[in-house]
Amino acid sequence: MATHATHTLVGERMSDADAPNFLDLEGEHHPEGSTMLGFWIYLMSDCLIFAVLFATYAVLGRSYAAGPSPKDLFDLPIVAVNTSMLLFSSITYGFAMLAMEKDDLSKTQLWLAVTGLFGAAFVGLELWEFSHLIHEGATPQRSGFLSAFFTLVGTHGLHVTFGLIWLVTLMVQTRWKGLIPENKRRLMCLSMFWHFLDVIWIGVFTFVYLMGVLQ
Amino acid sequence: MSGAAHADDHAHGHGGHGQDAHGHGSFKDYVTGFVLSVILTAIPFWLVMGNVIEDKVVTGVVILALAVVQIVVHMIYFLHMNTKSEGGWTFLALIFTITLVVITLCGSIWVMHHLNTNMMPISAEEMRHAP
Repeated sequence: MATHATHTLVGERMSDADAPNFLDLEGEHHPEGSTMLGFWIYLMSDCLIFAVLFATYAVLGRSYAAGPSPKDLFDLPIVAVNTSMLLFSSITYGFAMLAMEKDDLSKTQLWLAVTGLFGAAFVGLELWEFSHLIHEGATPQRSGFLSAFFTLVGTHGLHVTFGLIWLVTLMVQTRWKGLIPENKRRLMCLSMFWHFLDVIWIGVFTFVYLMGVLQ
Repeated sequence: MSGAAHADDHAHGHGGHGQDAHGHGSFKDYVTGFVLSVILTAIPFWLVMGNVIEDKVVTGVVILALAVVQIVVHMIYFLHMNTKSEGGWTFLALIFTITLVVITLCGSIWVMHHLNTNMMPISAEEMRHAP
């Protein structure tokens, strides 16, 4: 199936090359539009990964193996602070995009830096929470609930960490090359990635933390 | 993500002019989305931390509903989702993903719930003496 699709694509490209008409001129603009759609489809597939992890948590979330339950472990004020960190980082990234649209490099970089700080605060708090849990003996090996919890929340945290690495990379790239179309495209992809992670976090804080403490 | 105003560009095959083709909403859009998100985040935390509603099932349903609303708010104001961007393909991909997510989540929870209630009538006491 995949090989067949590749052949078709190659075939089309070759016929384009044979007949360089107005279609070819349009082709120059095409990649940026398809990058956004392609990146969106990547995000949707990432969404499926999280769906599977949420389903795992839904199934194993009550299997404590006589160990600690969410009520014993979760500290909601810290989760609230964590949630606000991610929410603030979402709007500051939005401000970076607005500055980018106005071709204001220094303002874009400023808002990117603020976003990075909020993101780093989020990852830092989460790591602190994890180390606190492990210190209390609530390790991933303790029970089905804790395995599912660490996998789901850890995967999200790993995504944010990679988002941060990407953000720093783009800050360096924009410093070197400025707000060229390629960098704008990259910033728009990261924008989607970052907001997408905030959407996943809504599911995490509601389904894992709030509903966990509620039981 | 294309703004609605630029979706026609894509339909005619000459979109993709950097920032023009991918509108990112206005300052007002972001602030509206942010304010709505803060409200929709504060309410569920308040409901759970303050034990506002006695019935826990009701609280659970309410906070899940608020989460769904907040996800929609994020999709519209932060991800600039609409039915027309990229000629409707992003929206189609989203609908497809939501379908798969609903099947995965509901299917897993339903099947595993039945497995737990119907096929494992072992008490904790029996479990301890199991080989």
